[in-house]
Amino acid sequence: MSALWEGIAVGDEVVSETFALTRDHLVRYAGASGDFNPIHYRDDIAQKVGLDGVLAHGMLTMGLGISPVLTWLGTAGSIRSYQVRFTKPVYVPAEKSTSLTSSATVMKLPEGDSTELTLALTVTAEGGQVVLGKAIVVVTPR
Amino acid sequence: MPVNPQLVDVAFDPVPAYLVGREKIREFAAATHVIDPQHTDVEVARGRGYADIVAPPTFPIVIQEKTLAQLLAHPESGIDFSRVVHGDQKFEYSRPIVAGDELIATLSVTKVQSLGAHSMVTSESVMTTVAGEHVVTASSTLVVRGDA
Repeated sequence: MSALWEGIAVGDEVVSETFALTRDHLVRYAGASGDFNPIHYRDDIAQKVGLDGVLAHGMLTMGLGISPVLTWLGTAGSIRSYQVRFTKPVYVPAEKSTSLTSSATVMKLPEGDSTELTLALTVTAEGGQVVLGKAIVVVTPR
Repeated sequence: MPVNPQLVDVAFDPVPAYLVGREKIREFAAATHVIDPQHTDVEVARGRGYADIVAPPTFPIVIQEKTLAQLLAHPESGIDFSRVVHGDQKFEYSRPIVAGDELIATLSVTKVQSLGAHSMVTSESVMTTVAGEHVVTASSTLVVRGDA
């Protein structure tokens, strides 16, 4: 078993980080990912399709959600799988920022022949609303 | 118009090989706040046994989007893009993607379901190297909102 997760127990929080999300991040993510859906940069178009306004790309939220886990893992392990369900939109105001917090807790420890460690992510928007459901990361030591 | 359930029988052509670039990985890592240096620093990545810098775990969405574009463009899909919402997403890795990988992605629709007025289209995009080695499978469910 990797030294990094020696001595940890199911339910332990291993890492948590809060991001200040701005429209600037959405534009950067659009460019980096190639997802130029205008609901992620134009309030008028977002409102036309029934949203409150510009929202973060779900895949940006998914990408930010795992970033503290990657920092925590470093050289100790690699990602076998990562899944999420998109449950609530993350609205991002034109001015100022909105916060997004990702915390990883131990869901399942390696057992038997398996070396897999399963982490559950809790990703919440400003105000505490959970925005990703069933957010699960499986890592193995390397 | 409901989503065509016969999409599960469609054999989609692989999308043209995608060459994973170092600067694209750096740009994607910066955009998703992935700061561990193996995603940006070649020497660190090589020191950890990788051939080059490592793509963040959600990077394959860049390639998967090219396969989903085939689905949305299919003349008989019945999918109205303006009504599409991303329901869920999963990546399953055989190994991390590194800069220099040349990946071929092939889409298949695994399930089309109706839920009231909405349709749910589940698909997977299998990504292999040009030599045929499996790297990652990206799966997603798209929810196509119907008239209430």
